[in-house]
Amino acid sequence: MTALASGATSPTSQDPTRRRPEWLAGLWLIAPTLAIVIGMMLVPLCAIVIVSFWTQTGFDLDTSFTLANYGLLVDDALKCFSDGCGLYSTLIIKSLWISFVATSAVVLLAYPMAYFMAFRIQRGKLVWIILLTVPFWTSYLLRVFAWKVILGFNGVINSGLKSLGLIEKPLEFLLYNPASVTITLAHAWAAYAVLPIYVSLEKIDRSYLEAATDLGDSRWKRFWRVTFPLSLPGTIAAILLVFIPTVGDYITPTLVGGPSGIMIGNSIATQFIKANNAPLGAALSCLMMLAITLAVCLFLAVIGKKRLKGADI
Amino acid sequence: MSFLRRHTNLLSLFAVLYLLFLYVPVLLLPLFSFNDNIYVTLPLKGFTLKWYESLAGNSALLNALWASVKVGIGVSIISTVLGLMAARAMTRYRFPGRRSIYALILLPLVIPYMVIGVSTLVILRRLLDVELSLLTVGASHVLITVPLSMLVLMARMEGFDRSLEEASRDLGDTAWRSFRRVTLPLVMPGIVSSFLLCFITSFDEYLLAFFLAGSDSTLPIFIFSTLRFPNKIPDVLALGSLILMISIVLVVLAEWLRRRGISGSDSSVL
Amino acid sequence: MASSDNAMITLSAVTKRFGAFTAVDAATFDIAAGEFFSLLGPSGCGKTTLLRMIGGFEQQTSGEILIDGEAMGTRPPNHRPTNMVFQSYAIFPHLDVAENIAYGLANRPVDKATVARKVDAALEMVRLSGLGKRRANQLSGGQRQRVALARAIVCEPKVLLLDEPLGALDKKLREEMQIELRQLQKSLGITFIFVTHDQEEALSLSDRIAVMARGKVLQIDSATALYERPNCREVAGFIGNMNFFEGRVVAVEGDQAVMEIGPDIRVRVPLTGQSVTAGGNAILAVRPEKIDAVVDRPAPSRNAIRATTRASSYLGDRSLILADWHQEAAPVSVSLQNRHAAAESPLAGGAAREIWLTWPVEAGVLLSD
Repeated sequence: MTALASGATSPTSQDPTRRRPEWLAGLWLIAPTLAIVIGMMLVPLCAIVIVSFWTQTGFDLDTSFTLANYGLLVDDALKCFSDGCGLYSTLIIKSLWISFVATSAVVLLAYPMAYFMAFRIQRGKLVWIILLTVPFWTSYLLRVFAWKVILGFNGVINSGLKSLGLIEKPLEFLLYNPASVTITLAHAWAAYAVLPIYVSLEKIDRSYLEAATDLGDSRWKRFWRVTFPLSLPGTIAAILLVFIPTVGDYITPTLVGGPSGIMIGNSIATQFIKANNAPLGAALSCLMMLAITLAVCLFLAVIGKKRLKGADI
Repeated sequence: MSFLRRHTNLLSLFAVLYLLFLYVPVLLLPLFSFNDNIYVTLPLKGFTLKWYESLAGNSALLNALWASVKVGIGVSIISTVLGLMAARAMTRYRFPGRRSIYALILLPLVIPYMVIGVSTLVILRRLLDVELSLLTVGASHVLITVPLSMLVLMARMEGFDRSLEEASRDLGDTAWRSFRRVTLPLVMPGIVSSFLLCFITSFDEYLLAFFLAGSDSTLPIFIFSTLRFPNKIPDVLALGSLILMISIVLVVLAEWLRRRGISGSDSSVL
Repeated sequence: MASSDNAMITLSAVTKRFGAFTAVDAATFDIAAGEFFSLLGPSGCGKTTLLRMIGGFEQQTSGEILIDGEAMGTRPPNHRPTNMVFQSYAIFPHLDVAENIAYGLANRPVDKATVARKVDAALEMVRLSGLGKRRANQLSGGQRQRVALARAIVCEPKVLLLDEPLGALDKKLREEMQIELRQLQKSLGITFIFVTHDQEEALSLSDRIAVMARGKVLQIDSATALYERPNCREVAGFIGNMNFFEGRVVAVEGDQAVMEIGPDIRVRVPLTGQSVTAGGNAILAVRPEKIDAVVDRPAPSRNAIRATTRASSYLGDRSLILADWHQEAAPVSVSLQNRHAAAESPLAGGAAREIWLTWPVEAGVLLSD
C-alpha cells in the first residue's frame, strides 16, 4: 500500500496506457471472495452472538437483551465445584478430552509415517502420497460406518473372534463409547496429519542432518535436536488441523458414540432442530468456540515457551 | 550397519501396518458390496452383483447423487475462479489490509462446521427468511472451499518466477493477454487440483448440507438417513465403492496427464 | 544536464519511494542513441529499480522518463519501445525455444512466414540454430541467456534493458558472453542499458557508466574517466582499489593545491575544476599502482612520504605491499609490477624496512571531504 504511485493519478479505464493503481487492482480481485466470507461467515457469526443474548418463547424469538442463556451455562459449570458437572459442562469437557486424545493418537501415528515417507522412500514418493490419500476419497460417512461394521455387535471383530472360538458372546464394549469415537476420529483424520508433517520433514535440508552427525550426535539425539524442532511447524499445523474440527464433530459421535459418546456438537444440533431453542444453541456455539480458542491459545503458549527454552540449549 | 537396518525395518513395518489401518476399514465397503447378504455382518455369504443392479433403480439415491454432483461442480467452478482471483491478489499485489483479509478468508478453515451451519441457518431462516435449497448449501460450500482453492493456487503462483509475467508484458501482451498466454498455462495444474479438492470437499460434506438443504437432499444426507435402515445399506455400499473406484481412476489419470503435459519442467509441485 | 538532441532516453528527477525508503533519488541524465550504458552499484543501490522504471515495471513516484522524445508517464511495459533481458531470463517453461522467441511477434501484425523467418534469423544471430524445439529445462545457462536476448531483440526495441544478464553464468562463460554482447550491440546499433554490480564487467563493456549508491547517481562518465578522475570518495573506492589520505588544503598555486596530510607532510595535487580554498579539508586519492616504493629519497618534483613496510604478498605479475606511514592513518597499499625476478627487487625479503612511497603529482585526485 506504500507503493502507491502518486504519479499515476486519475486512472481512466479507456486509455490503455493508463494503469489502475496497484492497491485498487488488488482489492478489486479479492473483493468477491471477501464479500462471500463476510456475507456467509462474518455476518452469521455476529448474528449468532447476538441471538445468544435473546430468548426463545414458543416459536418466536424474544429479542430483548438477556444474559439468561449464559447464566444457565454458568450455573451448569458451577455445579462442577459442588455436586458434579452439569450436562453442558460435561459435554464440553468430554468433547475437548476426546478431541485431545484423538488428536494425540492421530499425530503420534502420523509422525513415524511421515518420517518414513520423507527419509526412507527414495523414489516414487508421489505413489505413497496417493496411496495415503486414496482412502479419503470415500465418503466420510461411509468410513465412519465402516468402523461400526468392524466394532459392532455382529461386526468383523466379534464375528471373527467368535468363529475362532475365543469368545462365546459378542463383546459389547467395542462400540458406542468414547473409545470407539476416538479410534474412528483417529482413522478419519489421518491424512490431515501425515501430509503437513511430511511436507515440513521433506523441506529439511539434508545437510543439517549431516552437520549434526558430523558434530557428534547419535541418530536419536540428532532427531530430537535437529529433525523434530525443524518439523514443528508442520506438526503444530497437523495438531490444529485435527483438533479444531473434531471438537465440534457431529457425525462420528452420532454414528459410533452411543449415549456415552455424545459430544457438544450433538447438543448444539439438538437445540436448533429438536428442542427448538436457538438462543441456547447459539450460546452453546459461542461457548464451544471460546473453549476451542482457549485450548488452542493454551497449546500455542506452551509450545511457544518450550521453543524458547529449546533455543537456549 | 545392522543397527541402521533394524531401524529401517521397524519403520517400514510400521508404515505397512499404518497403511493397513487406513485401508482395511475402507476396503470393507467394496467387500460387503459384493456380499449376498442384506445385513453387513460376517461371515460372507457369497458373491453377488445385485446391489449394483438395484442401485440403478434407486431413484431417491440417484436424485441425491445428482444433486451432490450439481452442487459440487457449481461450487468447484465458483470457488476456483474466486480462489484464482484472490490468489493472484495475494501473490501479485500490495493493497491495504492485505494480511487481515488473508486471515479472514482462511478463518472458515478453523471454525467448526457445526458453528458455520447453525449460524448460517439462524441468519437465513430466523432473520432473513430465505428459502433453504441446494443454493444455500452451495453458498456455504463456497465459503469452506474458497480458502482451500486460494491456498492451492497461491502455492502454485508463488512457485513460478514472477518475471515470466513481466516478460510477457514486456513483449507486448496486455494484462489480460499475459494472463491467458503465461499465467493460466502455468497455473493450470493448480486449477485442476483446486477443482478436484473443492469438488471432493463439497461432495462429501454432510453437516452444512444437513442444516441448509431444506427439503432437498444431497448424497451425504441420503447416506446418513440410510444408515439407520440396515436393509438399505447395501445400495449405499455399492455406490460408495463405485465412487471410490471412479476417484482412483480420475486421480491416476490426472497424474498421468500432468506428467505427460509438463514433462518434468516443474516436478516440484504435487 | 540539458537533454541533447540525440538523447534516446531522458530522465528528469526520476524518484521512486517505497514508504519512507527512497530507492531512486531524483535521477536526472540522458542516454544517447546507440550507446552502451551501464548502471553500476552495490546491491540495493537502486539500479534495478531505475531500470524497471524505464521498462515500465515500476511506476516512478515523481519525475518523468522520455524515450525517443516521448514521455512515458504511466504507460505499461507493453506500450513502451523497450524490451528486457531478465536476470532470471524468464524463459517460458511451457513453450519451446522458437515459441519463446516468437512470443512478442504474436502481438504484432506479422504473418506466419515472417515470424518463422525472423525467429530463424534470431536463432542464428545468437548461435542457437537447430535448437528451436528445445524447452527451457533442456538448455544450459548460457543458452537460456541467448534465448532471452533473441526473444527481446526480435521485437526490435529502441532500447534493450539488461538486468544483470550475466550474473548467473560462471566466469569463463561470462567473459565470452561479454564479448558477444558488445559485438551484438555494435552491429544492431540499439541502445543498451545494462545493470550490473560487477565493476570489471561495466568498465570493459560500456561507453558510459552511471555509478549509483543509496538511490543516488554519483557520477556518469566513461570507464577511463571514472577510474582516473572519480568525483567522490565512494566512486573512487567502489571502482578499483584506492588509497585515501585525509588532510587540509594549505595553499592553492595555479592548477595545483598543496595539501598537508600529516604533521609537516605536504603533497601536491592537481586541480581539475574542483573549487578549493586554502584551509578547507580535503581527501587525496592515489591508486596503488601509481605509487612507487623506493629506498632512496626521490626527486623533490614528485610527492614522497616516509613509510615502513608491514606486509607484502607476491601475486605473480605484481606484488602488493602494505606500508605504514602514519600512526593514525590506514596503511597505504602499493602495487608493483614484477618486471624483474623477485630476488632483484629492492624490497626482497619479508622484513620491515624504511622506504619512500612516491608518486607523480598528476597521479593524485583531490576529492572534497
